[in-house]
Amino acid sequence: MTLQKHLSTIRDSGEKSLAVFFTAGDQPLDQIHSIIEALADGGADLIEVGIPFSDPYGEGPTIQSSSMRSLLRGTTTALILEKLSEKKLPVPAIAMGYTNQAIQMGYSAYANRIKECGLQGAILSDLVPDEADDWLVAAQASQIATIFLAAPTSTDPRLEQVCSKSSGFIYAVSRTGVTGAENSAPLSVQRLIERIKARTQKPVLVGFGISTPEQVSMVCKHADGAVVGSKLVQLLNDTWDNGRGSKTVTEFIKSLKLATRNLSS
Amino acid sequence: MSVNAEQPAPFGVRPDSRGRFGEFGGQYVPETLMPALAELASEFDAAWADPSFRQSFDHYLAEYVGRPTPITFLSRISQEVGCQVYAKREDLCHTGAHKINNALGQCLLALRMGKKRIIAETGAGQHGVATATVCAKFGLQCVVYMGEEDTVRQRLNVVRMKLLGAEVRSVSTGTKTLKDAMNEAMRDWVTNVESTHYIIGSAAGPHPYPYLVRELQSVISKEARSQFIELKGQLPDWGIACVGGGSNAIGFFASFLNDKGMKLMGVEAGGLGLSSGKHAAPLTAGSPGVLHGSFSYLMQDGDGQVLETHSVSAGLDYPGVGPEHSQLKDAGRVEYTAADDQQALDALQKLARLEGIICAFESAHAFAPLFSNPAKFKGQTVLVNLSGRGDKDMETAARLFEF
Repeated sequence: MTLQKHLSTIRDSGEKSLAVFFTAGDQPLDQIHSIIEALADGGADLIEVGIPFSDPYGEGPTIQSSSMRSLLRGTTTALILEKLSEKKLPVPAIAMGYTNQAIQMGYSAYANRIKECGLQGAILSDLVPDEADDWLVAAQASQIATIFLAAPTSTDPRLEQVCSKSSGFIYAVSRTGVTGAENSAPLSVQRLIERIKARTQKPVLVGFGISTPEQVSMVCKHADGAVVGSKLVQLLNDTWDNGRGSKTVTEFIKSLKLATRNLSS
Repeated sequence: MSVNAEQPAPFGVRPDSRGRFGEFGGQYVPETLMPALAELASEFDAAWADPSFRQSFDHYLAEYVGRPTPITFLSRISQEVGCQVYAKREDLCHTGAHKINNALGQCLLALRMGKKRIIAETGAGQHGVATATVCAKFGLQCVVYMGEEDTVRQRLNVVRMKLLGAEVRSVSTGTKTLKDAMNEAMRDWVTNVESTHYIIGSAAGPHPYPYLVRELQSVISKEARSQFIELKGQLPDWGIACVGGGSNAIGFFASFLNDKGMKLMGVEAGGLGLSSGKHAAPLTAGSPGVLHGSFSYLMQDGDGQVLETHSVSAGLDYPGVGPEHSQLKDAGRVEYTAADDQQALDALQKLARLEGIICAFESAHAFAPLFSNPAKFKGQTVLVNLSGRGDKDMETAARLFEF
């Protein structure tokens, strides 16, 4: 099933999608499948595997620190993809990284490796549709989804581009700024979701500044799902402890997933 | 020669509609910033075509910055090297470096756009001081991001910025130098984009910055070209500038790029030597990649992670370079080389003792090839861009020279 179909099916069943992000290699890379299983056990519908970059200027302090810790362990893009390919993933997952890593591997090779290791798509945080011609060709050839970000500052013509060139879903950024639970998602995100939905049937997931079940249910009133990142990265760093904290992680995901259901009440 | 060999496209022109100088440049940024970049590009085009904006810019360049800066004949260095050496004296600009040309122009642009808050990144502190200066003059709020390591080695400039009323935010992430200051400034901009203008200090970053900064800095070579012709009746054989992000160099090269007979050289920071890996010479020893919004030469590993740099000079201690320099390198129009820390410090001492000029560590790199390879310049005329004065470096100099 394609990513878009997967997320649309959840929407059609009357609930919303929960996407979660973590930085690969922040915990030992050989535990990556255990982490993904803990997230899937909690009910995550989509997992964003963060590929650490040395200069993550779209990220707040939490993901910056996790990226640095991961790189200091010797994590590379190739190692992450190799480790992922060792086992079938229990839920759909995509890669989230920066453009330079894809350029250095080569867009075609990067897209191919993503596909081969069982990921269904990729986000390049600093790649806008205007610069994405070559990337789109490579991604389409490998049949992986390309997800672009829509921002509150995006003009109408820009939203058109983001909607038409995204596949899988549209990633709506809740507010101007970097990732992180320090600044929470504003109520005004509804306006952006409406502007996107006026242009596309593709699912719309909202991220940046979403860390609690209350915030998940708030954005899910209008969007097709929510993305929780920094809060999970922090929790993994605090409690994972080589898997000993996996129950805590699963419980946290369960509490978020619950907030995507029964939204009418 | 192929019959189809046409004249190469002129250099120093506008980048294409996607902000590319050949294959280099572009806009690799979070979506949130794209509308602001489009606004900046169109506002700059309108301003640059507006005679009243140009008049205002020229007015403050003359009245406030002290332009035109002179060209000085360096007679004793000329004798030592065996060629005729001249310096374009950007060190005599108000605040002590070329950086104010750009800061002034962008500040006037911010006023035109109605932005009341200015942010900047700084390495050596010269861009930070220049930005704090124009913000004081025009009554704008100013926040400067500076790597923690640089706040120590360029302490004097931190004091200057604070005295000028700017807030200096020390950046302790990553390598704690210019690269990380720029990461932090971009995070601020993406958060406060609606109220804030980001004055990038170098000819780097996403389009339109590399173009905009070149245009504002090209006053250096517009002056230098006519001054030199007036002085000598012809162009110099060589033009040399140091290259970090590349703003003084691109401003100094701009008006000479299509003078085919004139040779141009850009000198990067060789740090502890290219073979040591501890340097800041992406054009000489790096490969193309994306950092801070544009595709250009970059110091990186095979995974695309940006490498740590080293230079005695904080202003050159940066792993990337402006995209137009990458184009000029690949086209062979400018010869890029590197001078290591020791060669730069030797040149600094020569300039001080033979000419009575204390230049910035950055600018000393531009003089280094004259002493390390005098044969290359023998009997020729050489114009060097003396991009800044050295007061800011005196604490480090005292330590290095054991004074």
